Amino acid sequence: MSRAAPEPVQIVKQRRDAALSALVDGLPYARFLGISFDRRGDELTGVLGFHEALIGNPELPALHGGATAAFLEVTAIVGLSWAMIWDDLERGMLDAATLTPETLPRLPKTIDFTVDYLRPGLPRDAYARARVNRSGRRYASVHVEAWQDNRARIFAQATGHFLMPPRDG
Amino acid sequence: MSDTSSDAAPEAARDAAEDMAAGAKADVARRFIEQIPHAHALAMRIDQLGEGRAELSMPYDSRLVGDPRNGVIHGGAVSALLDTCGGTAVLSHPEGPAHTATISLRIDYMRAATPGQRLVARAECYHVTRSVAFVRATATDDDRGHPVATATGTFTADGGAE
Repeated sequence: MSRAAPEPVQIVKQRRDAALSALVDGLPYARFLGISFDRRGDELTGVLGFHEALIGNPELPALHGGATAAFLEVTAIVGLSWAMIWDDLERGMLDAATLTPETLPRLPKTIDFTVDYLRPGLPRDAYARARVNRSGRRYASVHVEAWQDNRARIFAQATGHFLMPPRDG
Repeated sequence: MSDTSSDAAPEAARDAAEDMAAGAKADVARRFIEQIPHAHALAMRIDQLGEGRAELSMPYDSRLVGDPRNGVIHGGAVSALLDTCGGTAVLSHPEGPAHTATISLRIDYMRAATPGQRLVARAECYHVTRSVAFVRATATDDDRGHPVATATGTFTADGGAE
């Protein structure tokens, strides 16, 4: 019995990074806010690069609660979509080389989103990770946490429910 | 706590409410909102303010789109408008605090906002205690009968009523 040789690492990385780019490039609002994603295997970390337009309180100064909420929601949607396409991508059912924002599966739609503000967002980069707690055929529940300098010091968290896009079969 | 909009310019909000009654409405409201960089970046505008109620609006902008296949504004931008509107309503409450920050905000999304249309948020601060202000808010587009989103929020109210 001989197993198929593992794919070269470059091929694997290219495929995954191309799919992630297609997903994130399809979100003009993520670009507007300055959000990018770091990938380690299937784990994504949202990065909100600090810029002045994110400020809500110039006196402190602190990030705007709306900017924080938006960062959490973008991270939740990208995290959920990524989990949704990962298996198809790895099984070769999605061809990353031809994926564009237009040919990707539709995005999940937010049903509700509840943000819990724990401390002021400082005027510097922020990071967030989403955890898909449940993802069924129609509904999903996602929790997302954001931090800045210190991973253990979360400054905001949220839970959202999402309507999954219709899938074939 | 956070950071909302609203603790941006606490005195300015109160002054805005008072001065607006005196008649300098548009100017004062514009100055208040322009002090909040994120609100300014989203081109938010105060349309009505006073007695715990606020109406804010924001133009359609293709940079805020969440799905280029349909041109619909991302939910996060709707959240930013509702959060700012809620905080502004708290500051305009007669027994409201001089500073506020969002403690929590829940948003329910009823439908996609129609591309090209202005988004309007209306918030009401319906109760203020010594420590907390309670808010409900609604966002609509041109079809005012069918909300795009509704929200409920709690805000800090240091120095509030009672």
